[in-house]
Amino acid sequence: MTLESIAQSAYLLAAVLFILSLAGLSKQETARRGNILGMLGMFIAIVATIALALADSQRPVWVTALLIALVFIVGASFGIWKARTVEMTQMPELIAMLHSFVGISAVLIGYNSWLTEKNPNGAHLAEIYIGVLIGAVTFTGSIIAYLKLAGKMKSKPLIIPGHNIINLVVLIVMIAMIAWFIPTQSIWPLAIMTVLALLLGLHMVAAIGGGDMPVVISMLNSYSGWAAAASGFMLDNNLLIITGSLVGASGAILSYLMCKAMNRKFMSVILGGFGEKPAKSSDAKEITGEVHETNASDVAEMLKNANSVIIAPGYGMAVAKAQQAVAGLVEKLRAQGVEVRFAVHPVAGRLPGHMNVLLAEAKVPYDIVMEMDEINDDFANTDVVLVIGANDTVNPAAAEDPNSPIAGMPVLRVWEAKQVVVLKRSMGTGYAGVQNPLFFNDNTSMLFGDAKASVEAISNAV
Amino acid sequence: MIIGIPKETTPDERLVAATPKTVGQLKKLGYDVSIETSAGQEASFSDSNYQESGATICKAADAWNADIVATVDTPTPDEIARMKSGAMLVSRLAPHSNAKLLDILAHRNITALALDAVPRISRAQSLDVLSTMSNVSGYRAVIEAAESYGGMFAGQVTAAGKTAPAKVFVIGGGVAGLAAIGAAASMGAEVRAFDVRPEAAEQIESLGATFVRAEGAQQEKSDTGYAKALSDEQEKATLALYTKEAANADIVITTALVRGQGVLTITKDAVAGMKPGSVIVDLAASGGGDCELTQPGKKITTDNGVTIIGYTDLASRMPQQTSQLYGTNVVNLMKLLTPKKDGTVVLDLDDEVQRGMTVTKENEILWPPPKVAVSAAAKTDDKPKLTTEEKKAQQEAAKAKEAAIAAQKSKRNTVLMAVAAILLAIALAFADMKLLMTFSIFILAIFVGYYVVSNVTHSLHTPLMSQTNAISGIILIGSLLQIGSTNTLVTVLAVISAAIASINVFGGFLVTYRMLSMFRKDA
Repeated sequence: MTLESIAQSAYLLAAVLFILSLAGLSKQETARRGNILGMLGMFIAIVATIALALADSQRPVWVTALLIALVFIVGASFGIWKARTVEMTQMPELIAMLHSFVGISAVLIGYNSWLTEKNPNGAHLAEIYIGVLIGAVTFTGSIIAYLKLAGKMKSKPLIIPGHNIINLVVLIVMIAMIAWFIPTQSIWPLAIMTVLALLLGLHMVAAIGGGDMPVVISMLNSYSGWAAAASGFMLDNNLLIITGSLVGASGAILSYLMCKAMNRKFMSVILGGFGEKPAKSSDAKEITGEVHETNASDVAEMLKNANSVIIAPGYGMAVAKAQQAVAGLVEKLRAQGVEVRFAVHPVAGRLPGHMNVLLAEAKVPYDIVMEMDEINDDFANTDVVLVIGANDTVNPAAAEDPNSPIAGMPVLRVWEAKQVVVLKRSMGTGYAGVQNPLFFNDNTSMLFGDAKASVEAISNAV
Repeated sequence: MIIGIPKETTPDERLVAATPKTVGQLKKLGYDVSIETSAGQEASFSDSNYQESGATICKAADAWNADIVATVDTPTPDEIARMKSGAMLVSRLAPHSNAKLLDILAHRNITALALDAVPRISRAQSLDVLSTMSNVSGYRAVIEAAESYGGMFAGQVTAAGKTAPAKVFVIGGGVAGLAAIGAAASMGAEVRAFDVRPEAAEQIESLGATFVRAEGAQQEKSDTGYAKALSDEQEKATLALYTKEAANADIVITTALVRGQGVLTITKDAVAGMKPGSVIVDLAASGGGDCELTQPGKKITTDNGVTIIGYTDLASRMPQQTSQLYGTNVVNLMKLLTPKKDGTVVLDLDDEVQRGMTVTKENEILWPPPKVAVSAAAKTDDKPKLTTEEKKAQQEAAKAKEAAIAAQKSKRNTVLMAVAAILLAIALAFADMKLLMTFSIFILAIFVGYYVVSNVTHSLHTPLMSQTNAISGIILIGSLLQIGSTNTLVTVLAVISAAIASINVFGGFLVTYRMLSMFRKDA
């Protein structure tokens, strides 16, 4: 029994705990336990690693110990502060930021690995190369995603003419660089590739529009996992490989689910926003008609007289931070015996499952928050649907107009309800730039204004 | 302006044109409301109820003297004489058969809006009292039939044997017919229904009835949304159909009305062919009746034991709710007429809804209004109409095509996957043992990850992401092991990288924890 073997068995334990942790997250009832198991696994892994690091230290042990302490002081203070203070509406930004951290770590580890390894073989060099590449793309991609989500950068897709060709050229150059790097072990191909990878990440996410963010975030989640796995290959560390693969697979599944929910091909999301096919949208049906405006007290009256109400929230609710007001309204209505449920579209918001978290924050019980497939058939038997800050996810054109740019996207069939009230800031289109015929329906009325103020006004009138 | 609500004077009328609730809504639009003493008594609304919601209780003369008078039934000439010149009347006026009344109104300089002449467009539904009244009558017709019928509606299986469900045949799939079908079906009866308009089939079936189809009996759809008079041949065919269906039914509800007039549906012979104990409810009794033997306003029993109900006041037999619905129609009209909500009427004759209802404006008779195409017709004109069968066939063909493409795709994918797996295996065979081992772990972990994460419920996707964020902070251990290096650059890079990754660990786990503690189940 050596320290090495003890550490390896600790890693095995940690890997199992991580798997159990993700398994626990599959259900509400076991989610908290899953979270704790993850923490436990991480604790075991870190303790084992610190022991190993101190034992193998080539510097005086106290220096290494001090440096490690420094690492944790910085990490813990910043991490804990961020976790405590972040607002639930800002979760997408936080997650994008955390992705970028994994990315930059992977890059640094890759360079370190190149610096420390005396006589690396070809396979090891390839591992370093791939690890740095994925890490760099993840890093800048996540930063752009963060900037877009935090509103510090326009969320419109930035399409440079010939951007697909640029990406292709970059990829070819990267392949050429690996051919140069492995035989020579020179820093130059590695450095050139790193710069190109950083630019690629930047360019790739800049070309993707704000509404595709759920896909991008999941994709970056996946990348950060692959980056960790690649580092594991570099360092011959099984725990890193296992954990990285778990995360990578998780992100990949989420991206797939998000793409399916938008009826978009993964590649077309990655290769650029809706700007790809502007010609097609002109074939879409022109929408004409009259919009019926309403006011808060009429909506309140309508809600009070209803037997069943479904609320379809969207990104607008998050922007207006209206979740508390919505929860208050729901509570009042439920107290009066009205059946209230929520219908959450998979890509509502800017993060998979974002709406659920916001509603949970506002203390809406999760068992009245339904997924699209669970509730879509119930709209026909519903008296009133409140659409709060959602647009493309409730657009009948997706189901009815084959020429619409969002044709085929699964949407919440709110228009089947007896009455639909849409809370919206203005008549502006959603992120897909598609006009919504729902707004012109005879059973739809529009309540313009800030979602939070509107919901509060309705709530007061109930 | 003041809205006056007189007590209805037609014998047996229990309805009232405003309820305490609608008074509140009218006040919100800026109107004052004067209600004649005990106007709502028959509908169980007391004067004090009205006062509580802000109405003034007044004498009949004052109610009639208001700026706007709303009633349920058409006022008599005497009553119109009590209105002041230049006032507005909102009521059911049956303008198509009441030319004399229009003369009187115009002569008295009264602007009259007929709530029963609302154009049949979707936007105007909320003020269409014909729909309101028909709906209630249709429901009540079933209740009346149930009372007179000597059996249960729903079939039962008991220890003492079983009873078959009542067989109900409904003629006409308009608002009243559909309400009757819905009520009868929900009580458990076996409902069959017929309408001369083939487009009614879908609605009838959606309420759980069987739509009776007959060769030569159905006509083309009309552009007003109402049924048209039939040709002789069609009439023969439909009468034969009604006779046959009536003979099989326990209860027949007939609702056919063309321009307020009954249409012959159940002949004497048809009644003679019906079973003893069966019931006919004639919703067209006010228009003379659809059944030859109907006596408007009465319930009679024929010699062969068939009960024929010809009540003309079905809607006012449920006065409280019907008044509420009628009152809401009035409120919706006033909303349309009061765009500024300041209690002043702005009559916009360019609006097709308002134009259609306005039968007299001051001294001018505006009936009949110019034609308006109904929305139901406008919508279907876009495309050549397909029958349901054709549509179904088309859908099925499309589905089959899709399935074929999907099958082909999945086949191709399987082949591609197999090729990729073989190539990978061959490539790996050339690699050294160590790499092979790590690679095995890598591949297995991906599969474990795939199956574990596939089960995660959608609502937990955000916590899942932050948890995986925290877990991928495990990259930290790679950096920690590099900190002890003698190379200063390596140490510096390792410290930076480890510090950043540890933010993930702490931040990720804690924020996940915070989020998960917010989720709560409904108590």
